Amino acid sequence: MNASKSTLMQIQDISARYGDTLALENISLEVKQGEIMGLIGPNGAGKSTLIKVISGVHQASAGEVYIEGQPITSLSAAARARRIAVVPQARQLGGAFSVRQAVLLGRTAYLGFLGNPGERDLQILEWAMKETAVDTLVDRKLAEISGGEQQRVLLARALAQDARVLLLDEPTNHLDLKYQVDLLRLLRDLVDKENLSILMAMHDLNQVSGVVDRVALLVGGRIQSIGKPELVLTPENIQDAYHTEVELFPHPKSGKYYLFPKT
Amino acid sequence: MTRKPFLTVAVLMGTALVLSIALGAVTIPPGSAVRILLNKIPGVDIVNIWPAYFETILWDLRLPHTILVALTGAALAGSGAAFQGLFRNPLADPYLIGVASGAGLGAIVIMSIPQAGRYLVPLGAFLGALVTIVSVYQLAKVGQIVPLTTLILAGVAIGSFTSALTSFLMLISDQMVLQAMSFLLGGSTVTGWDPLAIALPYFSIGLTLLIFSGHSLNVLQFGEEQARQLGLPVEKVKLFIIISASLTTAAAVSFSGVIGFIGLVVPHIIRILWGGDYKQLIPLSIIGGAITLLVADILARVVMAPGYLPVGIVTAMIGAPFFLWILRRAKKEVFW
Repeated sequence: MNASKSTLMQIQDISARYGDTLALENISLEVKQGEIMGLIGPNGAGKSTLIKVISGVHQASAGEVYIEGQPITSLSAAARARRIAVVPQARQLGGAFSVRQAVLLGRTAYLGFLGNPGERDLQILEWAMKETAVDTLVDRKLAEISGGEQQRVLLARALAQDARVLLLDEPTNHLDLKYQVDLLRLLRDLVDKENLSILMAMHDLNQVSGVVDRVALLVGGRIQSIGKPELVLTPENIQDAYHTEVELFPHPKSGKYYLFPKT
Repeated sequence: MTRKPFLTVAVLMGTALVLSIALGAVTIPPGSAVRILLNKIPGVDIVNIWPAYFETILWDLRLPHTILVALTGAALAGSGAAFQGLFRNPLADPYLIGVASGAGLGAIVIMSIPQAGRYLVPLGAFLGALVTIVSVYQLAKVGQIVPLTTLILAGVAIGSFTSALTSFLMLISDQMVLQAMSFLLGGSTVTGWDPLAIALPYFSIGLTLLIFSGHSLNVLQFGEEQARQLGLPVEKVKLFIIISASLTTAAAVSFSGVIGFIGLVVPHIIRILWGGDYKQLIPLSIIGGAITLLVADILARVVMAPGYLPVGIVTAMIGAPFFLWILRRAKKEVFW
């Protein structure tokens, strides 16, 4: 990670609640340009809630998120969508749309009320579909393509938003192994090439160290540990967070450490 | 043919319009009907070879009736498509979700006030529609989504309630029972050009707003959460669509009564034929709705000639089985 790079997104003392339940408590972290930050933690730790707060679909009860120094609560929905794009988990939504139509909706924040795209919108549309290799599927309906392809379409839609910050919520969930590897590699390439920042909730702990620059471990709505993967993914941290005993083994070739449940 | 949706519906629309002004208790040959119409265009002078009463029937009775029927069908199908998009639910129809009954109640309330002028009826219907749709939406919503079952149940409950109120109002003010009865069955008793002049602004404003909401409806198909993340001001857009669709439903109900199933059947067929892009689905449903109601209206006139069967009976007879068919299919729908 390049220490000289500037902070793109700063999350400051964010708390959030669902009714009486505190879902996030004083979360502070920053994501730099060209950095992939992983978010891990057991179910209900607050990973999805944090993504919802940053993307404006759930209101924080305290704190603020800054994008390039600007507080996001001061931004309109469109202004926020031009700075932060979200890649949701692939679901059967919008199945009637073609791939091209779905990706074009990523331009919503730039289009007028009638949604008629201009030349620049179409250029970005083509670029986004090419980067994610869905440009061979343009006229296929979302309902007809595979889960891995759907996930790439949602990523293309997010790229079409031309935002500097990408938020991903467990993007490799429900994907075949090949698609998981492809997707994570694609994300790394994009971040390096376009100097984007990514904050990504992740489920599979062993995918973390290969992809992220830093990782934050959330437990019960708080950051328990944050830093380089090898510092966060220790057996002690993971046992505390997940209440399962794990062991750490080095990979015979790469030397990177992988976690396994104790048997 | 199906490659060019707008050409297809334009041709069907032209045919339905000509048949609608030609057929009825007195049949005017379609050729003559077209010539009489052309003759009305300033500068066009066609040799007059038709009986004079053809012109009277066509110009004073059939044409205003036909235009009103077409606008009503357009409004019901257009608002049906918009409600379906808003709720992301294929069974949302102004009739089934109770909005039409609510508009009917609003209209009857105004009609039962002797001091209120006829021109206030659409306003009453609009308010009735708005109150209904907001109640049904609140009742049917489960978290972020509006499931099929709760929507229909809430619609039936609210619809029955407003219908009961309407019946009650009809009973206590007996001089208007007949008028209201025919009105509720969807048998337009309105004739001539004057009511059309009152109706036109409501229809044109409502339909234009609906056409404008196509893009927003597209974004909403990914759910409200994703729509907001894509930059759509979701609450404003929902309000805009609810107002447009209620205004359009109210216009249809105030001038033609409560007619069911057009708003369900037409957008469904359009979706099967040409897909779910709302920028195209809304205008195509509007034209398709006009065609469908014109055909139903022609049937209503021809079957009982020289009498007139309320067109709502015709649409319900055809629409209800169709509704059941959709219900059966709904589980495995891929084009939705």
